[in-house]
Amino acid sequence: METVWEWFRWLDKAHGIDLSVFYDAGDRHRFLMGFLTTILLSMTCLVSSLAIGFIGAWAQQSRFRPARLAVGAFIQFFRNTPPLVQLYFFYFAIGGMLPKLADASGMASPMFGSFFWAAVSLSLFGGAFNIEIFRAGIEAVPRATIEAAESLGFSKGQIFRLVAFPLALRFSLRALNNNMVNLVKTTSLAYAIGVPELLYVSAQIWSDQLNTREMMTLLLFSYVGLVGAMVWGMHRLERALRMPGYGQ
Amino acid sequence: MKRQLIKGVALLSLAWGLVAGAVVPTLADTLDRIKERGKLVVGVKSDYKPWGFIDAAGNLAGMEIDMAHDVAQRLGVKLELIPVQTANRIEFLQQGKIDLIIATMSDNPKRRETVGIIEPLYYAGGTNALLRKGAGISSWQDVRGKKLCGTQGAYYNKRVAELYGAEIIAFAGNPEAMNALLGGNCIGFVQDSTFIGSTLASGDAKWADYEMTLPTEDEQGWGIAVPLAELNGPYGDFMRKMVTDWHRSGKLIDIERKWGIKPSPFLQTMNKMYR
Repeated sequence: METVWEWFRWLDKAHGIDLSVFYDAGDRHRFLMGFLTTILLSMTCLVSSLAIGFIGAWAQQSRFRPARLAVGAFIQFFRNTPPLVQLYFFYFAIGGMLPKLADASGMASPMFGSFFWAAVSLSLFGGAFNIEIFRAGIEAVPRATIEAAESLGFSKGQIFRLVAFPLALRFSLRALNNNMVNLVKTTSLAYAIGVPELLYVSAQIWSDQLNTREMMTLLLFSYVGLVGAMVWGMHRLERALRMPGYGQ
Repeated sequence: MKRQLIKGVALLSLAWGLVAGAVVPTLADTLDRIKERGKLVVGVKSDYKPWGFIDAAGNLAGMEIDMAHDVAQRLGVKLELIPVQTANRIEFLQQGKIDLIIATMSDNPKRRETVGIIEPLYYAGGTNALLRKGAGISSWQDVRGKKLCGTQGAYYNKRVAELYGAEIIAFAGNPEAMNALLGGNCIGFVQDSTFIGSTLASGDAKWADYEMTLPTEDEQGWGIAVPLAELNGPYGDFMRKMVTDWHRSGKLIDIERKWGIKPSPFLQTMNKMYR
């Protein structure tokens, strides 16, 4: 392994291609931690944005008008504002207003840190899109299928959970895939509030090593790899859930 | 599928080639180019009061802006100021987006490999921290495991993290970091001693509960920078002469006083040396 690292040191000395994350143990550790933070933040946001999408789509079908209005307002708010502005809003405005707790040394500290706010803000952002994606999927469910379920005596809630949503999910996969790719890429904005994710650690490394070009390129390829792996998984899921007669 | 994969790989390698092989635009004879164009473009700070900041009228002002004006005047050209960040100023100079960096940039060996840092240096500052009163920090050792806000791209972030084990949360600019400090997201703000000194001296009530009690460490000189290729050419020579004159005539001391900055021992020493 050491030989491989040494090869990158040689690459720097001989050709001026300075990939310090490979030969410098400190930079390597920083970059790895950044990668893990990006994965963790992405996972958190994906799971919670899907949950928000499900709950939102369900509430949109509700007979209770205020619930439908609330979902509409939520979508308008989070879909029509830039995610970076939302991050700043949550971290500086909301985070600053919440009551402070005393930390170990007795100083007043905010309840939540930057990772928490990034997760909240990006989940809501992704969730707003997911609601609309699920809605489109639900509307694509053939009317006859719903009527069949109704005639079998299913309640409205049962129809949503057992018939409409599973079919809608299948119809939504392609669009959902798009939105999830977008969400993973958007996690890079969390650097603005100091979440030590990939872009953040890369910026620190290129400030120290002045190897901006190399780090930018490595960063780009890291995202290609990360998003590529996710898309591959999603395509497998699409194939596994393929329903003959309902498109691919 | 396989063909697509091959195509994809080919495209990616092409992209890599473009990025890795991108040629830095030829910057030879910047001095001629500036005179021909009739305009000097200087990268300055806009969030580093009173060295470079945006004044009440919305214009860039401060000690370094005055210096930039002086350079343009001596060259007999107009001045264009471009606000830069710590993390992008070097790239801006390399790309030719700016002709000169006067942006609180510390001198260090790594930077000398990338940009032409002009000697003599024009200022000096060290690492310190703006701390919340009562945070219980009386020496650098006390910051171990504590959260400190910082600015992305600052050279001392790594040093403070590695040497004293502080957890640095770095933000895009000084205002974000200071807001995070005021919001209690960290117990202190790691910055240059000069910046903290002038923040505290500003008399702003917001900072009444903050103090700078640690000893200033790792003093670094600040340098203005030209493209590396021209450090020893006519452009570099012109700037060297400029800075030497500033020290000899005491002009920097005058500008420093004008902006109400606490007199820096560095400027006094340089003035004595060149006079």
